[in-house]
Amino acid sequence: MSTSTLAAPGHDPAAEFLDRRTPLERARGVLHRYPALSPAIVLVVSVIVFGFLNDRFLAPGNLSLITQQVAVVGTLAVAQTLVILTAGIDLSVGATMVLASMVMAQVTSAAGVPPLLALLLGLVVGLAAGGLNGLLVTRLKLPPFIATLGTLNIYLAITLLYSHGATVRGGDMPGSMTWTGTTFPVFGVRVSTGVVLMLAAYLLVAFVLARTAWGTHVYAVGDDRDAARLSGISVNRVLVSVYLAAGAILALAAWIQIGRANAASPNVGVDMNLDSITAVVIGGTSLFGGRGTVWGTLLGALIVGVFRNGLSLAGLDVLYQTLAVGVLVIVAVSLDQWIRKVRK
Amino acid sequence: MTTIDATTATDRPGDADTTPVLRARGLVKTFGRVVGLDGVDIELYRGEVLAIIGDNGAGKSTLVKCLTGAEIPDQGEILLDGRPVHFKRPQDARAAGIETVYQTLAVAPSLDVAANLFLGREVRRKGPLGSVLRITDRAGMRERARRELRELGISTLQDVTVPVENLSGGQRQAVAVARAAAFGSKVVVLDEPTAALGVRESGQVLELVRTLRDKGVPVIIISHNMPQVFEVADRIHIQRLGRRAATITPKSHTMTEAVAIMTGAAEA
Repeated sequence: MSTSTLAAPGHDPAAEFLDRRTPLERARGVLHRYPALSPAIVLVVSVIVFGFLNDRFLAPGNLSLITQQVAVVGTLAVAQTLVILTAGIDLSVGATMVLASMVMAQVTSAAGVPPLLALLLGLVVGLAAGGLNGLLVTRLKLPPFIATLGTLNIYLAITLLYSHGATVRGGDMPGSMTWTGTTFPVFGVRVSTGVVLMLAAYLLVAFVLARTAWGTHVYAVGDDRDAARLSGISVNRVLVSVYLAAGAILALAAWIQIGRANAASPNVGVDMNLDSITAVVIGGTSLFGGRGTVWGTLLGALIVGVFRNGLSLAGLDVLYQTLAVGVLVIVAVSLDQWIRKVRK
Repeated sequence: MTTIDATTATDRPGDADTTPVLRARGLVKTFGRVVGLDGVDIELYRGEVLAIIGDNGAGKSTLVKCLTGAEIPDQGEILLDGRPVHFKRPQDARAAGIETVYQTLAVAPSLDVAANLFLGREVRRKGPLGSVLRITDRAGMRERARRELRELGISTLQDVTVPVENLSGGQRQAVAVARAAAFGSKVVVLDEPTAALGVRESGQVLELVRTLRDKGVPVIIISHNMPQVFEVADRIHIQRLGRRAATITPKSHTMTEAVAIMTGAAEA
């Protein structure tokens, strides 16, 4: 039986392995430690490339357009990040947002409900939708993919039943409902209020994830559920709270969407599910949970926005944008798999 | 219910305090028609390492689960510092000062060492930053983590900001043991702590067990590894067929004799 070398000063058992690593392995180690690094590099490179390809790409007007196009998907992606960090997935983010936006739009235009109350109602819708997802995942123990695939269809059906398929125009709502679409200049670039609200959501979630015990528990639950439970963390409570928080963020996304589109339509935004997942994945958050940051997601959302905008400025058909986003997702997930091999 | 505790009384180390820190009497636990525990007694005294050995199905794990709140015994009583306790969940035992290190390393790989030490027990900042904004005292927790590791003599883990996934198996187990040591004010229970480790790393963990004992915290260790048990334990509780077959010491019996008692080839 060997006795201990643990306490021997200056002895580092890892030292003998450190020098054998190739530059590629070292790069992988760095990327593993800083998950937001690879999307940051991709974003900078793609902005430079698209800037060279087309003079108009870096024009203030175009940059403003990109940020506004990113605002809604970017906000959905914050909610999506929270869920994916717990090793879950939320396919109902788009449907929840559309449902909340239709409720907000209808009650203000038809019923004349004051905007503040309407926003609160939207929040209640978001919390209810997220809460139902959370209960399905924790009480019925459904895989998040199945639970939210079900609620995706349920929320869509409710939206169509409730709205009778009709769009509510921005002009029929009080001004504060479309306030999120108003813009103001920042160093010559027009920034919309919705973009500011999206950034506020990122700041808030990033802060909570990094600096509170709840944030640590979110990572722990996604990382190793049994370890979290054995450490005294109430896993189900964390999961439900994550889906509730996602629901609240989706209500914010609904408001931003109304401003962006200057309307609330039951048919717009449903396809944003996959874009939100794309942003999260490109942003370096692992679909296996426990690893990633919302800042990576913001970069991922910007990358998708830059690719779509840049390719369309380059005169390519919208189909090629979709193709490029598809390639991006596959590259990003492959990169993630490769980076995760660092784990022993 | 028959008890065989006469063999032990003279062997226990230190007699400053004769009340066992942890004592269980007549524990019975059945799973349907399967009898896990059939009236088990066990005592753990201050400043000792008590090993629990036994063949598969002898009731080692069930016994430890009852002591740490993971299972509720059907009958019998558990006394902590002489007072009866009734654990319904692992959290109850933990709150009472009994910490368990599980065979499956209960650490979150992507979190750093300090975060793992305080996982589920995060300390908040003082004042409104903590009470209103609920900000955790990261610097304070890291400082305390460094101190705990230093006190346990774990010099290879001085950087508490390293994610646990970057550590070796022995270092991860050291994190788990350090967590138990930091919060286990009364008892630390280690369930097969070296099962997944190499020879050198096992040695490191056993050294930690001794350090813990020398700090006055009694340790219960479950192991299949006889040489390790005889190396580290002060007393050895032998579990057989849901009962305590005997309690021996490494001095009173040889490994062969212990195995004989364990398998029923010999009487205690």
